[in-house]
Amino acid sequence: MICDICNKNPATVHLTEIVDDQMTELHLCESCARQKSESMESQFGLSDLLAGMAEFSKPATQDKEDTTLKCKKCGLTYADFKKVGRLGCNECYESFKKYLGPLLKRIHGSNQHFGKSPYKSQDTQVKLKTSGENLDLAALREKLKKAVDSEAFEEAARLRDQIREIENKSK
Amino acid sequence: MGINDFLNNSSEWLKGSGPNSDIVISSRIRLARNLTTHPFPHWAGRKQSEEVLQKIEEAVAKVDLLKNISVFKMLEMDNIDKQFLVEMHLMSYELAQKKNANAVMIDPNGIISIMINEEDHMRVQVMQSGFNIYEAWNIIDRIDNELAKELNFAFSSEWGYLTACPTNTGTGMRGSVMLHLPALVMTKNINRVLAAIAKLSFTTRGLYGEGTQATGNFFQISNQVSLGHSEEEIIDNINGLIRQIIEQEQQAREFLLANNRPMLEDRVNRSFGILKSAYIISSQETVELLSLVRLGCDLGMVKDIDRRTINELFISTQPAHLQKLENKKLSQSDRDIKRAELIRSKLKIK
Repeated sequence: MICDICNKNPATVHLTEIVDDQMTELHLCESCARQKSESMESQFGLSDLLAGMAEFSKPATQDKEDTTLKCKKCGLTYADFKKVGRLGCNECYESFKKYLGPLLKRIHGSNQHFGKSPYKSQDTQVKLKTSGENLDLAALREKLKKAVDSEAFEEAARLRDQIREIENKSK
Repeated sequence: MGINDFLNNSSEWLKGSGPNSDIVISSRIRLARNLTTHPFPHWAGRKQSEEVLQKIEEAVAKVDLLKNISVFKMLEMDNIDKQFLVEMHLMSYELAQKKNANAVMIDPNGIISIMINEEDHMRVQVMQSGFNIYEAWNIIDRIDNELAKELNFAFSSEWGYLTACPTNTGTGMRGSVMLHLPALVMTKNINRVLAAIAKLSFTTRGLYGEGTQATGNFFQISNQVSLGHSEEEIIDNINGLIRQIIEQEQQAREFLLANNRPMLEDRVNRSFGILKSAYIISSQETVELLSLVRLGCDLGMVKDIDRRTINELFISTQPAHLQKLENKKLSQSDRDIKRAELIRSKLKIK
């Protein structure tokens, strides 16, 4: 197989991209692949991606982001976070709460933790598990499981979103 | 325990044992944890990072489950040793690049590893051979509970464990399963499977993690979402998904056996033939050919060799492993010769 870009060297790197569920494949030689990955990184680093997501999720009515906002514990500014895609310390989560809440929701589809806790009691989990929405959720989860089992992935994705919506409402 | 001991004492994921080990190479879980007292590694000063390392070392020393663990500091290791641990999947390439108060702790069986001051203060990993994600969770959950008694982890009841990157916030957990899917690749069904995986918020990577293309038909599948679901739920989801993929691969293997057996026998035995007789071979070609021999082994077409030997060859033919075995630095062309030599000696018919 010959490289799709230079049409000269043998292709040794095979890239697969999925855009709108459409799979495209690129077969590249090592040097073209290196160039492509460098240009992809510079155009589309993770930090930009995260910052982009934060912006995208911002309600239209909200004022412009205050990038000078600074964490009082470690001194990291929101602009720093946007640049490196990493927070500075545990307090940053509190300091940038108004931007991080929507960002976490976009990344994970939820902004409420359900898992374990370093403290003995697992209050949040127990409380949510006994709430009124629970019956609906259980039924939906069962459907989701069936959809996945029968490989109905479109249906599964729809059910997953529905479950998330209920979970988010109950917070 | 020194790094060289890992050369003789091959690591957990190479055993080739455990449930579904014909298709599943290994199951791993990692937890990201940070201390409340110090800035995250990228934002911490040198002295702060040293304090974090010391605190964690002291805490680990008090945990019974971790009493045999050895500490390897980046400052004290040469490049070959670092790459060696990366090849064993016991630490990340990112950690190997760091040069300050960075360390990795590894238990003698290569099951548990703890990276310190990588992206987060702590990244605890537990690895199991075969399809054993629940066992990996049982072990890591216990370690995490013990560590939480000694260290104050950054945590909020709303957002869970707080990590340097918001993509890990929540459980801080990533479960990964390494699969060998040659028949899905051969029957050109792999793209359909990968597309379905992506739709369900899972990611697929190659043998060596982030940014690597799948070579030798190896695919590493892990959860993308870490917030909004409990650890058990995430693991159940991984378990359900992997079970489906295993079934698909089994069906594809049966299909090939029923409809295309001569082609399969030909490819497997040609690969075996090249490996047994080559005098110069790259690591890329090695992985690709070994993948087919492994398939032949699973299907009973290759009888003179067991899966463990093949698994071990996947790793012992990697650049740093070869150099450790030879105990000297080798150029790429020398490695290609030594690699062929090693493979010939291991595949010699008894």
